[in-house]
Amino acid sequence: MAVFLTEKNRVAVAGLTGKQGTFYGLRNRAYGTNIVAGTSPNKAGTTVEGIPVYATMKEAVEKEQADTAFIIVPASVAAASILEAAEAGIGFIVCVTEHIPAHEQARVYNILKRHYPTTRLLGPNCAGILSPGKANIGFTPSEVALPGGPVGIVSRSGTLAYQALYELTVAGIGQTTCVGIGGDPVPGTSFIDALEAFQADPETEAIVMIGEIGGTAEEEAADYIREHVTKPVVAYIAGVTAPPGKKMGHAGAIVSGNKGTAKGKMAALEAVGARVAQNPTEIGGLVAQALGR
Amino acid sequence: MDLFEYQGKQYFARYGIPVSDGDVTTTVEGAVAIAERIGYPVVVKAQVRVGGRGKAGGIQIAKDAAEVRHHAGNILGMDIKGHIVRRLWIEQASNIAEEYYASFTLDRSKKQHLGMLSAQGGVDIEEVAAKNPEAIATIHVDPVDGLDEATTRAWVKAAKLNPIAEEGAVALLQKLYTCYIEGDCTLAEINPLILTPQGRVHALDAKVSLDEAAAYRHPEWAEFEGMESLDERERAAQEKDLQYVGLEGTVGIIANGAGLAMSTVDIVNQVGGAPANFLDIGGGANADRMVDALTVINGDPNVKVIFINIFGGITRCDEVANGIIQALSRVQMSAPLVVRLDGTNAAEGRAILEAHQSDRLRMIPDMLTAAKTAVEMAGA
Repeated sequence: MAVFLTEKNRVAVAGLTGKQGTFYGLRNRAYGTNIVAGTSPNKAGTTVEGIPVYATMKEAVEKEQADTAFIIVPASVAAASILEAAEAGIGFIVCVTEHIPAHEQARVYNILKRHYPTTRLLGPNCAGILSPGKANIGFTPSEVALPGGPVGIVSRSGTLAYQALYELTVAGIGQTTCVGIGGDPVPGTSFIDALEAFQADPETEAIVMIGEIGGTAEEEAADYIREHVTKPVVAYIAGVTAPPGKKMGHAGAIVSGNKGTAKGKMAALEAVGARVAQNPTEIGGLVAQALGR
Repeated sequence: MDLFEYQGKQYFARYGIPVSDGDVTTTVEGAVAIAERIGYPVVVKAQVRVGGRGKAGGIQIAKDAAEVRHHAGNILGMDIKGHIVRRLWIEQASNIAEEYYASFTLDRSKKQHLGMLSAQGGVDIEEVAAKNPEAIATIHVDPVDGLDEATTRAWVKAAKLNPIAEEGAVALLQKLYTCYIEGDCTLAEINPLILTPQGRVHALDAKVSLDEAAAYRHPEWAEFEGMESLDERERAAQEKDLQYVGLEGTVGIIANGAGLAMSTVDIVNQVGGAPANFLDIGGGANADRMVDALTVINGDPNVKVIFINIFGGITRCDEVANGIIQALSRVQMSAPLVVRLDGTNAAEGRAILEAHQSDRLRMIPDMLTAAKTAVEMAGA
């Protein structure tokens, strides 16, 4: 099994007619993702390689029974696009858009929590989600993945998740799902949400968790692991030597005061029994060890 | 983007938050002219984006033109923790009865806004938080609900400010919240927030950080552009739209993806080297981006070697390798390169680079060995 995404999800792509939207939408479809519609307020009635384009998410839900949204639109309209999808009854929203203002993220998060509590938002500013052999939404290069499990990956960073997929694939170890939660301050899906899903997934036997400096999400994940996760966890944290006060690429990756340091996160994860890699290329070996291979 | 105090006060003033009458200048004569206009006594304040200005002598009271001239002359050009003072803020001196602290920021853990208010202001708030946490009254504000007056009043009471300050503090904090939200601040902090003997509540300082992602809906931010304390390298990278952070070392770093770039900075440090920068060229890593990145790093005279660490995903390693070779034909590099390629079509990509190997271009397949090699070359 996979978490959050399989070939059965009926995906509508907001922004399908844009350059990026067309490229990744078609790429994802070629991999097996069930892309049923696109939305664009200006290009309704057209098609993209046979995919019908509607004006709204509501129509995509009514006409194509879409249950999943892939949002790849500019930052200035992304928050509205997420809320439109939730209102249309979409249950799973993947938003890869970068540079959504932090206050918009906080507002969207709390609106979803209050009014659409069963809707899951992944992202924003995330690489997307790949269930190898089944479906892919977003940027993750499926070329480096291996279907069949038994490893689940959850990561703030895109490229480090790809590296982890590759390390495992080269070692002959497959993956169930690779979940990119994104590098922004208010992610819709947290490490804890992904850990919970992987713990419940019978085909996932080990979990790779890739964090980075900034915030306290990794520390909170460590507390959750202590209480609820019995499967082995391999962790890596980027930014051990990042200078305080300097934002390292991701909006969320900044050490302020003594909060959010990589050392603190690594110590918290080690304390709950996670195997912590010193560099990303150690991940494959540590997973093999955890699985007894 | 962090604002200077004077910019923060002008930003506050847009939202009706009471601040002292004053103006900014870059010259001694300008300082005297402002003081003459607003009336003595005045405070002459160094404008640098760093704490501890008062202790460094960067904040002085002047009661006449001669004193303004004296202090302004001393403070302009002063070095405060590595920040050179180029601007002064001259404002009306305030009578202070009590000093408080107030701020709004985002609590990433609770995913709500966090307000902090304390009757113990004017000092390092982190110290107060560590030694006497009950002296800080905190509230969480759900952005869906906002902050109403009754909640604000209860918060002010909980902070045990002087009852005389209550009305003024409630009004000011509501305006501060509006400024924080509508003004897209990631931090809006007043320390000290003062109570005057006449019972007025008033912002004596302003620490404002703006969320750059929101710039598209704030045309008024244009005036803040170009004021950031970027070094030459950072400015060049910004022009080319590259994610770059300048560091102090000798190993130039180029990677694709923020996570991998951070990880590359880490591994260079771990093997005993000193990174010269963090540079994320983004997912694609094509020839044009590589040319831009190499050009920026070429401009850093401290760089002795460049470590290129690329994970080929959708953009395959053979495409990345061809991009690097192409980029090298377009940029005359002052430092040798160590390249590590991994991911889709890694073998093909490495083969392309191998054909071009020399003492100016080394291809090392694994990240740890590549980092070690780069650090050795930087030391030689």
